[in-house]
Amino acid sequence: MALEIIETCVNCWACEPLCPSKAIFEAKPHFLIDADKCTECLGDFAAAQCASICPIEGAIVNELNEPMNPAGSLTGIPPARWAQAQREISAR
Amino acid sequence: MENIVDLPVIAPPSSGCSSGSCGSTAQQMNSMSEDIRRRVQDHPCYSEEAHHHFARMHAAVAPACNIQCHYCNRKYDCANESRPGVVSELLTPDQAVKKTLAVAAAIPQMSVLGIAGPGDPLANPERTFATFRGLAEKAPDIKLCVSTNGLMLPDNVEELAKHNIDHVTITINCVDPEVGAKIYPWIFWKNQRIFGREAAEILIAQQQKGLEMLVAKGILVKVNSVMIPGVNDEHLKEVSRIVKAKGAFLHNVMPLIAEAEHGTFYGIMGQRSPSPDELKNLQDACEGDMNMMRHCRQCRADAVGLLGEDRGAEFTMDKVEAMTLDEDFLTTALEKRKVLREKVAAEMDAKRAKMHAPQAPAQAVITFQRRSVINEASAEFSAGRPVLMAVAAKGGLVAEHFGHAREFLIYEATAVGAKLVGHRKTELYCEGGDTCGDGESVLAKTIRALAGCEAVLCSKIGFEPWGELEAAGIRPNGEHAMEPIEEAVMAVWHEMLAAGKLNPPASERQVA
Repeated sequence: MALEIIETCVNCWACEPLCPSKAIFEAKPHFLIDADKCTECLGDFAAAQCASICPIEGAIVNELNEPMNPAGSLTGIPPARWAQAQREISAR
Repeated sequence: MENIVDLPVIAPPSSGCSSGSCGSTAQQMNSMSEDIRRRVQDHPCYSEEAHHHFARMHAAVAPACNIQCHYCNRKYDCANESRPGVVSELLTPDQAVKKTLAVAAAIPQMSVLGIAGPGDPLANPERTFATFRGLAEKAPDIKLCVSTNGLMLPDNVEELAKHNIDHVTITINCVDPEVGAKIYPWIFWKNQRIFGREAAEILIAQQQKGLEMLVAKGILVKVNSVMIPGVNDEHLKEVSRIVKAKGAFLHNVMPLIAEAEHGTFYGIMGQRSPSPDELKNLQDACEGDMNMMRHCRQCRADAVGLLGEDRGAEFTMDKVEAMTLDEDFLTTALEKRKVLREKVAAEMDAKRAKMHAPQAPAQAVITFQRRSVINEASAEFSAGRPVLMAVAAKGGLVAEHFGHAREFLIYEATAVGAKLVGHRKTELYCEGGDTCGDGESVLAKTIRALAGCEAVLCSKIGFEPWGELEAAGIRPNGEHAMEPIEEAVMAVWHEMLAAGKLNPPASERQVA
């Protein structure tokens, strides 16, 4: 059981110091979680620390590939609204 | 026979001492205690006067953030965007020190190194303090400055004081958690992500506590606030009162930056920014005992140079790494900076001395305020109304060509003096060479940006823009080239007064 950081990570450094298992490391093109070390913070904290501070929705996923922070959950932007805005911007 | 009572009103002389009374920018400096004035006189953000002469640098060493603001998106770093949360290159503390030394040598006007982001400098404070330590050792004359959201401020005040950080900025957008819940979707606090009103309560409490602790240590505190119409615009008046009461010495109210392209909550959801009028009205309302900063350029967390003139591209890390920064290099650079600072300080002292010199009676403008029933033909004029003017400026002088100005400083001229009230950005009208053919639409944009201004002062202006500006009611004026801005502005104001252009409308005239 381990979490994974995927390509939408912006390398902001917020998660790395927080991991109790020191499982997160700087890498190119983005930070990664050592799956062998990650405990999902069970026993240490009520919620996975990296996922609790990460500002990018969908950048950290669980073993089922589900986003720890689904679209809209951090920014407050409803996904449909986001999609509409992207369409409008491309149309310009 | 009409009963005429003439009440003489003596206005300041039109030359020499234009910034001689309250309401003027220079007066802001004079009403500070000597101790504070000395501490801020070469900080371009803390002192309006200093920003004409001194440069600052932001070192982008603090990428992590512990909160989310609805006006920030950490994803994009675009060279065209000049917004606080955005940088092109993240630096390690060592790189930041090297870059600072390189910039401070190339730009002797540099007086301040600030750490402002791209995240929060106190979210992971080790990088921030390592940078400060490195600099304090190698360039001890450079002032150290930090800008934070305040969540971790109480925990770090002791450390800030130990590192001789003299200036701290806290971004305080609200003191009411209901308002806060509309600005901050979440914070990370004590190992949990917290949402809504509860998050705002904690953030506000920490900010206020941090402010009090800094003031108790004698550290100068500036408060930054983002004005978000419909969310905190009225509320910021209360914020201003409260932070003033707690000892903040400067309040910087800035307009929200929000476009859909930025991918921020406010941008996507269509939250509008304030108009220049709305911004000025709020700043005017907060002015009182509180000093208001009017010249903020809302620069990037890696900005380099004089305010409004970003030279970051000259100092990318690859260029900096190629430089040799040995002892001799550093000593020479430090000497150059010292010499320049002494020169500017002497100029500013001379200007202040002139301000307190006795005024020559022959130069005083005396206007009479008649309070009586009189026929229209012999009506005299009362002291004139305020006028907004745009200035193409450089180094505190009217020294820029209209066509070369990337921004115009906006001054408000009244009977008692001239005051900087803001700035308006423009696209370059003239890129030089053969590109002036595209100038027309750029000119139209500039004219729109200068709405509300009745005159534009510059060192030189071409024939083409002259006509369009006049047609738009903005009188171009190239007659005060290379003069100090406030003197030039007041000279133009007095010309307008003498020409009878500054009377209140007939319905407002006093009648006995």
